[in-house]
Amino acid sequence: MFNRQLLALIKKEFTLEFRQKASLGGVLVYVIATIFISALTFNKIIAPAVWNALFWIIFLFSAITICGKSFTKESGGAALHNYVIYKPLTFFASKLIYNFIFLLTISLITLFFYSWFIGYLISNFTLFGIVLVLACLGFSAILTLMSAIASKTDNTNTMMSILSFPVLIPVLILVLRISKQAIDGLSWSVSTDFLLILISVNAICIVLSILLFPYLWRA
Amino acid sequence: MYCAFYTIISVSLAGLKNMKNWYKIAAVILILYTIIFGMLGVVPRLAILNETIRNLYYHVPLWWAMMLQMGVSLFYSAKYLKGENKQDEKFAFNAALVGILLSIPGLMTGSLWARYTWGTWWTFQDPKLNGVAIGILIYVIYFILRASIIQETTRARVSSVFNIFAFVMFMLFIMVFPRLTDSLHPGNGGNPAFGKYDLDSNMRLIFYPAVIGWMCFSGWLLNILNRISLIKSKIDD
Repeated sequence: MFNRQLLALIKKEFTLEFRQKASLGGVLVYVIATIFISALTFNKIIAPAVWNALFWIIFLFSAITICGKSFTKESGGAALHNYVIYKPLTFFASKLIYNFIFLLTISLITLFFYSWFIGYLISNFTLFGIVLVLACLGFSAILTLMSAIASKTDNTNTMMSILSFPVLIPVLILVLRISKQAIDGLSWSVSTDFLLILISVNAICIVLSILLFPYLWRA
Repeated sequence: MYCAFYTIISVSLAGLKNMKNWYKIAAVILILYTIIFGMLGVVPRLAILNETIRNLYYHVPLWWAMMLQMGVSLFYSAKYLKGENKQDEKFAFNAALVGILLSIPGLMTGSLWARYTWGTWWTFQDPKLNGVAIGILIYVIYFILRASIIQETTRARVSSVFNIFAFVMFMLFIMVFPRLTDSLHPGNGGNPAFGKYDLDSNMRLIFYPAVIGWMCFSGWLLNILNRISLIKSKIDD
C-alpha cells in the first residue's frame, strides 16, 4: 500500500515534469548557459581549487532552482486533496526521491558539460561520483524541507534562496573538501573519515526533515 | 563603587522578598564580581596573550550564554510543535532575540581580542568565526521568515520548524567543523585547550562565576521579554 502510493506519487511528479517541458528545459539551459559563461570568462581552468569551487557553486544554484518549485503546485484544492489522501511521510518521501533523481541527473549533465567546456581535472572519479551522489542526497533533503517552508510564505522565490544558503553550508563545505581530495587524487584513507561525517550529516538532515515535515503539512 | 554596592544591596533586598528572583541577584552579583576581580585578579603571564587573557572572563561567557539561549529557543519551538500553545512560540522568538543580542558584545570582544593577539579584527581562516557568522545569519533569517508570514498559526508553525532545523545545522557547523580543520582558537584543530596550560585555578575562580552570571543575566533578559509579550497578547485579546 505504502510503496504503491509512493511509486504513484513519484510517477505523477515525472509525468507532470515531462508534460511541461518548459521547466525541465529551463533548468538545462540555465546550467549549460552558466557553464558556457564560465568557460568564456575563465577560459580553461587549471587550478583544482577554482575548478572545484566553480563546479559546486553552479551545482548549488541549479539545486536551489530545481528543488525550489517542489511545493509550488501544491496549493489550495490540490493541497487539501493530498492532505486527505496521503500520509505526510509518503508525500514527503515522494518529493525527496523525485528531487534526488532529478538533481542527480542534472548534476551529471552539469559535470559532462563542465568537463567538456572548462576541463576535466578529476583524478579519482569513483570518489567524486560518491561525493556527487551524497551531495545530491543531502541537498535534496534540506532543499525539499526549505521549499516546503518557503511555499508557506508570500514571496516564495526570495525566501527559498535566503532560507537555503545558510543551512546548506555545512553539507557544502564537507562536499567541497572531499571533492577537492578526489580531484587531487589523494589516497582513500584520507577521505574515509570525511565521507563518514558527510554520510552522518546527510542522515541527520533526512531524519530531521522527515520528522519536521508533518508539522508544516498541517499548517 | 558605593553606587555598585548600593545597587547590589537594594536589588538583593528587593529580590529576597520573592525567592524566585534568585537568578537576577546572582546575575548582578556575579557579573560585578567578575568585572572587579577580573580586572584586579592575578593572571598567568603568557607571551602574545599578555593582559588580554582577562578577556576570557567576558568573551567566552557571552558565547556560552548565547548558546544557552539558542538552546532555550529550540526547546520552546519543539514545545510549541508538541503543544500548540502560541505563547511558547513567542518565547522561542524572544530567546533567539536574546541570543542574537548577546552575540553582538561577544563578537565585539572577540574581534578586539583577535586584533591584539592574531593581529586582525576578523579572519575567514577560522571555522569558529565563520560558524558564528553563519549562526547570526541563520537567526536573522529566522526573524525575516517570522516577519514575512501574516497568518498567525502558519507563522508559528513554519518558523518553529525552521528554528529547529537551523539550530541543528548551526550546532553541526560550530561543534563539528572546528575540530576538522585548523583553528586559531584554543582547543580546536590540535591546539591545546585553555584548561591544559593557562586556565589556572585563579582564573577558574572568576571564569566559571562569569559563565553562570551571564547565563543568569540572559535568563533575566528573556524573562523581561517574555513578560512583555504576555502583556501584549493580553492587550490584543
